[in-house]
This record gives sequence, C-alpha cells and structure tokens, in this order.
Amino acid sequence: MVVIDSIKTGIVIDHITAGLGMKILEYLDIDTTKDTVALIMHAVSSKYGRKDVVKIENVSDIDLAALGIIDPKVTVNYIEDHIIREKVHITIPERVVNIIKCNNPRCVTSVEAGAPQIFHLIDGENREYRCEYCDEIISMKGGYSNEIIHKQWFDR
Amino acid sequence: MLKGRSFLEPMDFSTEELEELFVLADKIIQEPEHYTKVCEGKLLATLFYEPSTRTRFSFEAAMLRLGGQVIGFSEPNSSSVSKGESISDTIRTVACYADMAVMRHPKEGAPKVAAASTDMPVVNAGDGGHQHPTQTLTDLLTIRKEKGGFDNIVVGLCGDLKFGRTVHSLIKALSRYENVSFILISPEELRIPEYVRKEILCRNKIPFEEVENMQEALPKLDVLYMTRVQRERFFNEEDYVRLKDRYILDGSKMKLAKQDMMVLHPLPRVNEIATEVDSDPRALYFKQAKYGMYIRMALIMGLLGIA
Repeated sequence: MVVIDSIKTGIVIDHITAGLGMKILEYLDIDTTKDTVALIMHAVSSKYGRKDVVKIENVSDIDLAALGIIDPKVTVNYIEDHIIREKVHITIPERVVNIIKCNNPRCVTSVEAGAPQIFHLIDGENREYRCEYCDEIISMKGGYSNEIIHKQWFDR
Repeated sequence: MLKGRSFLEPMDFSTEELEELFVLADKIIQEPEHYTKVCEGKLLATLFYEPSTRTRFSFEAAMLRLGGQVIGFSEPNSSSVSKGESISDTIRTVACYADMAVMRHPKEGAPKVAAASTDMPVVNAGDGGHQHPTQTLTDLLTIRKEKGGFDNIVVGLCGDLKFGRTVHSLIKALSRYENVSFILISPEELRIPEYVRKEILCRNKIPFEEVENMQEALPKLDVLYMTRVQRERFFNEEDYVRLKDRYILDGSKMKLAKQDMMVLHPLPRVNEIATEVDSDPRALYFKQAKYGMYIRMALIMGLLGIA
C-alpha cells in the first residue's frame, strides 16, 4: 500500500483512465522541478477497477477542455486548506482551439503556421471531432495521442 | 443580403439566397447587354495557387463582361508566395488593392484562412480535394434550367468521389432539397469521404447507395455527374494508373439511361466520357460550362452589393 499525503492547496485530478495519467501531465506542462506533483498509477478504484490520480500542489488553473478530450470521465477537485472547495466533472468540449492537431496532410494547417487548429465535436459518444478547415474527422477515443498538441508548443 | 460576404462552401448561402442568384443569372442570360457596365471601377483579384483553365477564365470573363477589371496570378511561382509568404499576409495585401478575391489552392481550407484574415469577400475556387462551391452553383443552375428544379431527382455521381471536390460540394448543396437521392458509383478506394457520408448523408437521412457497377445504376438516374480521376490528388502513381480507366461513359452505356437523363461533368475530361457521347442531346457539359460564367457574374454582383 502506497501512502501519499493530501495536499494543502492545489488540484487533484481523479478517476483518470488507468494509463493516461502521464499523458495528462505531459499536456498540462507541469514544471516538476518547481511544483510538487504526485502521479498515482493503477490505483484501485471501486468505480472503475483501476485508475490514475494526479495531485498538483499550489496550481489552480488548468485547461479543462484539454482534459475533456483526453479523458472526459475525470473529476477535478480544487483543494484549499486540505478541503475540497470545488469538484468539477469534466464534459467533452463542443469546440476546441489549439488542442487537437489535424493529421490530414492536405489540410491548410499543415502549411499555414499562424492558422489556429480548430475542431468541432460531431459525435460525443465516439469523441469524434471535425477540422474547421478540411472537415477531416478525428476520433479521440482510445487515446490517439498523436493528435493532441502539447500545451508547451504554444506557450514557449 | 450577400454583400460583403465570402463564399467558401455551398452551405454558406441559404437555398433562398441561391435562388436569388439563379434568378439573376437567368436575367443576365436573357439580357446580357444590361449588365455590361455594372461593375465598372471594381477590381477582382484571382489568386490561383494551382493550375486552372476554365474556373479562372470563367471568373475573369464574368468580371470583364460586367465591366470590371481583373488582376492576379495563375501560378504561385510568379508571386511572393514563392518567397514563402503566408496566405493570410497575401490576402491582406491584395485587399489593399482589390474589391474581392477568388482563390484556388491545393491545401484544403486555404480560402477559409484567407477569408478569416480580411473583410473583403473571398470566393473558394477549389481547395484541394475538398470543396468547389462555384462549380456547384454551375451544376445547380444547369439542373434547374434543364429539369426545372431540384426536388425528386435521383443523382448518380461517378468516378473519383474521394478527391472530387465538385462531388462533395454538390452533395452538400443538393442535400437541402426535397426527396433527392444519390447513387454513388466508384471503386471502393475512391468512395466519398467519411465527413460527407456521416455529416451530410446519414445525419440528414438522405437515401444513398454506394455501388461499383455503372451499368446497373444508369437506368435509375435523372442526372449523371461524371468526374475525372485526378492524377494530382494521388500520392502514389500506381494507384492512379490502376483506377483511372475504371468508368468510361460511351454510346452503348447511354442506351441504358433514361431519355431525359442529364450528363454533367465539371470538366476537364480525359477519357471518362467518350467523344461520341458529345452529340447526344443528353450531354450537357459544355452548356454547363457556359452557365458557369453566368452564375459567376451573378455571384460577383451579389458579393459586391450590385445585385
């Protein structure tokens, strides 16, 4: 049994599909040299069998839309003074900008660097998104990580 | 009100707005002399990043016949595009000089990027294998003039339905009319893209069949829309060679079709329609090309607010 302390202030991302915790951390671009982060993998869950959990101390602002695409069943708990102040159940976003990358080599986004990558949800159940420019349909179900744009590509 | 808007795909205009354009095109066909000066002082920019003969000529002829003038390039090597300029910067610069722009580009969605960067009307004159909405206006005007309307027709589309942008635009546009059904004739590799099947046909519950045999489909059709298998869309020459001669419409196949079936083709053709079919009164593709100029005249007037 691994014991990880509760955090005083920060975020706990719970009910992550087992195996996707690392991907979520990568996308969120958490500075592990500065922030205190705990990644718990394959924890026992009464609801899902196995799950990953991410705890991040002193961070309160994360991109919920991106979480909704990577793993829409996660729960985000905002912690203050060791107490859950807010619990957010993630929903899959209708429109996302600069989160999914179009994989159609004929799409204009492959040559026009300044064009934002815009996708529209067309099928929530299958997590299918349509590219604003070329209409290519991408399914995010099953962890298609190649299409997820890492946050730092835009921030740096 | 079409003034100031861009036309990037057929759904950008309502069916009522399309009807206004068809009515105006009809008037221009009947009395072209009344429209020879309506665009005096207006400038159309034609930005063709990919070769085109008829679409570019058709737009240029349309603007010149309306009394306007044309600037542009017909291949990107003769412009600052060859220096690596972005689409967005090119259109912003062109907007300093012209009143509207027509863009053909090999990349899908390029005219949308252009339209998002300027207030000037931008018309998609074909973007990769994606959409070609002004060809659709041409196709619709031809069907409307010859059939009297779009309701209750069976439309067969044959050939390259995967990369055939005219096909995607036409299906989209016709999906809004009553009781239209489609027979999609192609080899398995060249079937319609997933977004057309799922988002247009299935979502709107439009009857369609996907078949490989042209002869079996022919007797059921009111309109046959032939397309060329486009070499430039293939990454692999071997696939092109294998598929290019799959469907050839000739005199013997025409005998299987209804007496009033229309044969349309966006042109250019290679060998998918034998020249012997040209003399058949059902072969309307050259008439269609002429209608293309008139509907583009109507479109230019609409977007410039002259209509």
